[in-house]
Amino acid sequence: MSLTMREAFLAFRRWPALSALSVTTIAFALFVVGLFGLVLLNLRETLRGIEERVEIVVYVTRGTPVEVITVAIDDLEAFPEVQLVSYVTEEEALFQAQRELIEFQGIFSELETNPLPASLEIQLRPGYRTADAAERVAQRLEGLPFAEDIRYGHEWVEKLDNLRGVAAVVGLLIGGAFALASVIIIGTTIRMSVMQRAREINIMRLVGATDGFVRRPFLIEGCLKGALGGLLAVLLNFAAFVTVDRLLWQASFFTGAQAAIIVALGTTLGFASSALSVDRQLRRV
Amino acid sequence: MIKLSKVFVAYAKGSLALRDVTFHVRKGEFAFLTGHSGAGKSTILRLIYADMLPTSGDVRVSGFRTDGLNRRDVAKLRRRLGIVFQDFRLLEDRTAEENVAFALEVTGARSGVIAPKVMRVLTQVGLAGKARQYPGQLSGGEQQRVAIARALINDPFVLLADEPTGNLDERATRGVFQLLRDINSHGTAVLMATHDLDLVRQTNYRTLELQDGALVFDSATDEQLARGATS
Repeated sequence: MSLTMREAFLAFRRWPALSALSVTTIAFALFVVGLFGLVLLNLRETLRGIEERVEIVVYVTRGTPVEVITVAIDDLEAFPEVQLVSYVTEEEALFQAQRELIEFQGIFSELETNPLPASLEIQLRPGYRTADAAERVAQRLEGLPFAEDIRYGHEWVEKLDNLRGVAAVVGLLIGGAFALASVIIIGTTIRMSVMQRAREINIMRLVGATDGFVRRPFLIEGCLKGALGGLLAVLLNFAAFVTVDRLLWQASFFTGAQAAIIVALGTTLGFASSALSVDRQLRRV
Repeated sequence: MIKLSKVFVAYAKGSLALRDVTFHVRKGEFAFLTGHSGAGKSTILRLIYADMLPTSGDVRVSGFRTDGLNRRDVAKLRRRLGIVFQDFRLLEDRTAEENVAFALEVTGARSGVIAPKVMRVLTQVGLAGKARQYPGQLSGGEQQRVAIARALINDPFVLLADEPTGNLDERATRGVFQLLRDINSHGTAVLMATHDLDLVRQTNYRTLELQDGALVFDSATDEQLARGATS
């Protein structure tokens, strides 16, 4: 093991309390950021679930030949905004209504003719599930000769748009504030641990150590503390996720890549804070 | 070897720490820097190991002007000097041998040569049996010997000692002083700042006396220069 690595690892043994305090502080700072990330992640999942329900329904004029509808489906599926077009026949519409509207069973059984029209249910691609895109598509659909009525719940989609906007702004502001707070906390923690060892840095320089020689073990130590703190933060986040998932509602957790980002964030902050703190200390000796 | 020419050092508020100091220390010489606290003894040593720069004038060590050195050069210069302080400046969490070895490790020495060399210097300062002890387990005199061993590990051409006996009792003072004399007798120059005049009077070493930042007496210009560097 090189001298630099040895010095970096020995620092954990020589200052166990200081090292543990640094790692724990970094872990909790990143835990809060991670927790907020989890909230955003689950909010986004929920919104995505709601978004999937955004669809445009074209009610088909009674008596329209199936061939005309089939050709129209092919045309509609060529629209860049459209993901899927489903044709619901009059019979299927009645069957669906009977299944979903149990309280009107009596009325359905007394019907002599099926009053429900056939329809085309158009699902939009992700990224087009907005009020503007839905309206744009709906306007184009008005040109269909068999279109008796077109509906897509304009107000509801607009509300969804607003909700998405609010979530994005709140996420950016609060997430930014949490991230900034964690940068300050981690920076201060590492700086304090470097300041605790100012005497050591001073002695190193006096016996002829170059700045690079002094700096390297601190940088590795900073990376290790940051990585350990990040790892601990992911574990704490996982514990929080398991608790919520079991006791409150079904939740989602980070993917492996997202968890790795938290660890990488800790490592980067540990490295950068160490570099700044050691350089500041070195300028004094 | 070490040469100060017309050196002035001014503090930020304008007062002078050193005024027009000129002297040089020859190879293998033992010289005392004396004077009251605040006279400028430590300032001169700090100028030599490039911990500070003169406001005006030249400080040359081994022919190099210290104000022309970059930080890497300063590190290299310090490896060629041995520096000892009143407060020892040992790393408390490392054993005596680790403290000494560290000064060799920073030079990039191979691990195979470090252990035998450390043991040789610890033996030289009389601490071979306490190599594995931490500074906290050693007496003041022993800690100063570890600091001297650390200063010697890179075979310096000069040992700068800033009040090395200032924190020691009489017995330890005698021991450390004798050790410095032994080191000098092997050819290493010693420049020792002290206000202990009893110690100075025990020998005929050169004495440079400072008063309020000015060099007021240099015994070399009287008798000692004529008689040679060592007693």
